[in-house]
Amino acid sequence: MDFSSINPILLLASLMVAATPIILAAAGELVVERAGVLNLGVEGMMITGAITGFIATVTTGSPWIGFVAAAAGGAGLSLLFAFLTQILLSNQVATGLALTLFGLGLSALLGQGYNGIKAPEFPRIDIPVISEIPVLGPILFSHDPMVYVGIGIVAGIWYFLRYSRAGLVLRAVGENHEAAHALGYHVIRIRVLAIMFGGACAGLGGAYISLVRVPQWTDGMTAGAGWIALAIVVFASWRPWRLLIGAYLFGGVTVLQLNFQAAGIAIPVEYLAMSPYIATILVLVLMSAGRAPGSLGKIFHASR
Amino acid sequence: MTDTLLELRGLTKAYPGVVANSDVSFTIGKGEVHALLGENGAGKSTLVKIIYGLVRPDTGSMTLNGAPYEPSEPRAARAAGVAMVFQHFSLFDALNVAENIALGMENPPAMGDLAARIREVSEQYGLPLDPDRVVGDLSAGERQRVEIIRCLLQDPKLLIMDEPTSVLTPQEVEILFKTLNILREEGTSILYISHKLEEIRTLCEHATILRLGKVVGNCDPRQTSARDMAEMMVGTLLHVPEKAPHELGDVVLSIRGLSAPAPHQFGTALKNITVDVRAGEVLGIGGVAGNGQDELVAALSGEMKTAAGMVVIDGREIGRLGPNERRAAGLCAAPEERNGHAAAPDMSLTENALMTGAVRKNLVNRGLLDWPSARTFAEEIIKAFDVRTPGPANTARSLSGGNLQKFVIGREIMQNPRVLVINQPTWGVDASAAASIRQAILDLAVSGAAIVCISQDLDELREISDRFAALNEGKLSAPRLAKGLTIDEIGLMLGGAHDMEVAHVDA
Repeated sequence: MDFSSINPILLLASLMVAATPIILAAAGELVVERAGVLNLGVEGMMITGAITGFIATVTTGSPWIGFVAAAAGGAGLSLLFAFLTQILLSNQVATGLALTLFGLGLSALLGQGYNGIKAPEFPRIDIPVISEIPVLGPILFSHDPMVYVGIGIVAGIWYFLRYSRAGLVLRAVGENHEAAHALGYHVIRIRVLAIMFGGACAGLGGAYISLVRVPQWTDGMTAGAGWIALAIVVFASWRPWRLLIGAYLFGGVTVLQLNFQAAGIAIPVEYLAMSPYIATILVLVLMSAGRAPGSLGKIFHASR
Repeated sequence: MTDTLLELRGLTKAYPGVVANSDVSFTIGKGEVHALLGENGAGKSTLVKIIYGLVRPDTGSMTLNGAPYEPSEPRAARAAGVAMVFQHFSLFDALNVAENIALGMENPPAMGDLAARIREVSEQYGLPLDPDRVVGDLSAGERQRVEIIRCLLQDPKLLIMDEPTSVLTPQEVEILFKTLNILREEGTSILYISHKLEEIRTLCEHATILRLGKVVGNCDPRQTSARDMAEMMVGTLLHVPEKAPHELGDVVLSIRGLSAPAPHQFGTALKNITVDVRAGEVLGIGGVAGNGQDELVAALSGEMKTAAGMVVIDGREIGRLGPNERRAAGLCAAPEERNGHAAAPDMSLTENALMTGAVRKNLVNRGLLDWPSARTFAEEIIKAFDVRTPGPANTARSLSGGNLQKFVIGREIMQNPRVLVINQPTWGVDASAAASIRQAILDLAVSGAAIVCISQDLDELREISDRFAALNEGKLSAPRLAKGLTIDEIGLMLGGAHDMEVAHVDA
């Protein structure tokens, strides 16, 4: 056993990277659920984003274009969910599960011929001056841009939901869609937009895995990150900053247990591998005090 | 009234299979309180939805202040100065008062300014309200204030109120009427929809009566008796419930020193309630909501268990038994909240009939459900109580409030109980349906059952009770003979320990 091989600064820095895909996907799903829609297809939208982003990056050579393509891919798939659940009024749980299965299959199909290729590197940016700060610099200010985009999205969602009129309307639609309709708000339009935002965020999260974390394409490479994102939204009581804490916690324990495995600690690998899930659930259950949006998962039909 | 604010001409709206409004025309003057009367299903709701821009008429037109008025959505109606207080509150539980109000406004000011405006306007109209409180924690009366303040902040020219008093205590009704009178003096017109004819007589200057979607009459409610208005609504002579003369039998239900702690944070503890009810007798229990009515029903129905000897039927102690064992012993109960408590909204009428009727009607055979008998039972209820529905396969939710109420009360009465406990039997039910429900209760009493009827409608209690008692902070007053009891005396009984004012119920 050799703990000296674990570098705490490197550990904390890689925590932020490990958490980013989950932050992106969960932030999108949070908006969707606050609008009263339960989209269980996060995993499917992530993997679709991962492959569309990967293809676009390999084709054009630009990771930025790749991320845009990933967002478009995730949003495009979510539009299918929006059409089925909002227009045809299908059951959201069943449709979401189907979306995940569909996304996994579709991405495997699209990804044929891309296995084993390495994506062009997505350069890290060392923010001038502050990245030089000892300890804090490498942990906080020396990452690729998507890490900051993820945090920015969470902050933006927090501000949007709390302070903007549109955010208030979105929360109202999620809380009581019948009342919102009676007041003259367009429930379905608002929900479709929220679903597309959620899909775009999930696509970004997936592309972060295929373009930055790994970075190459393998079938099913999101490996359950979408489900973790869904769980974190619930355990974070639908609040953006708690979501960030939950994702970092999960990312942190994941990185830590990998380091423990590498260090050859005398705990069976199975226990180490399950530790991030247990730690995240425990902490978020202890913190959770919120209640779900009142109309979450319910079908809205403007019966006149 | 001098000039016209809103004029409706020939409004017609048809849905597949039913004409909700047919050629409806009337006018509302400036500063007029105009009542819209009609039974359940007469087309009142559709009409106000047209005025508020939620529904578009097939034909017909409206003018507001002389200009054509065709709101395509509620936003347009609000912009034109039409505001509406909904029957089922259009509020968001998880949001606070200020956020709820902002959602109902076109161009809300910044939250800080809005909170100040809410305080100011709510004081001005005598409806105190704290903008920072979460709506989910408010009482029904306070929630309605939120709706009203939301309307008032937009300086409406026309305020539509759909059944505003059905959830209010008498004191709250009095406060509401004061507010409406202030508004009227300021020149605001009010379109007021209610089943409670006495309220309309005290408040409104003009009434339009709808029946089956058509205007069937106009009147000045101050000059017309409640009975005449009810008959115009129904279209036939109104049947006044009558009790055939009969002798009271032995004591069937004894409540002996019933005490129980409050079941939840906002509940009321029951304190040493003692009363006997004899066969053939109707005991009316009055009182302002929240004084232990729900708890008393729960303690009698078996939802809340008590010490064994606190509830006794025919000499048998049943205080520790659950609802089904009590049904077997002869006690049936119909709680107040019909959608969700008395009935499961998304289940069919057959299933709902089965749920409470299983024991007494033998609808379960060795653990298996007897569907044909359950369906027959549901059909019998529908037939006997004139429940308007295509059939027993329809869900409880699809019925209008009055029809569902007839069904849930009928379901208990058809089981021929020894003791029937009912809470608010005619809440939100129109006059003719209410009369038939009351008649059914009286008929059951004549057949020898003991009945406990809890209600906030004092007229109803005077009409059907043999004895009257008041429930106040979980304590029951000594029952008095209902015959000859005046409203003033009832008021004093209701007042109990704390002296509160009783609303005017005098005709």
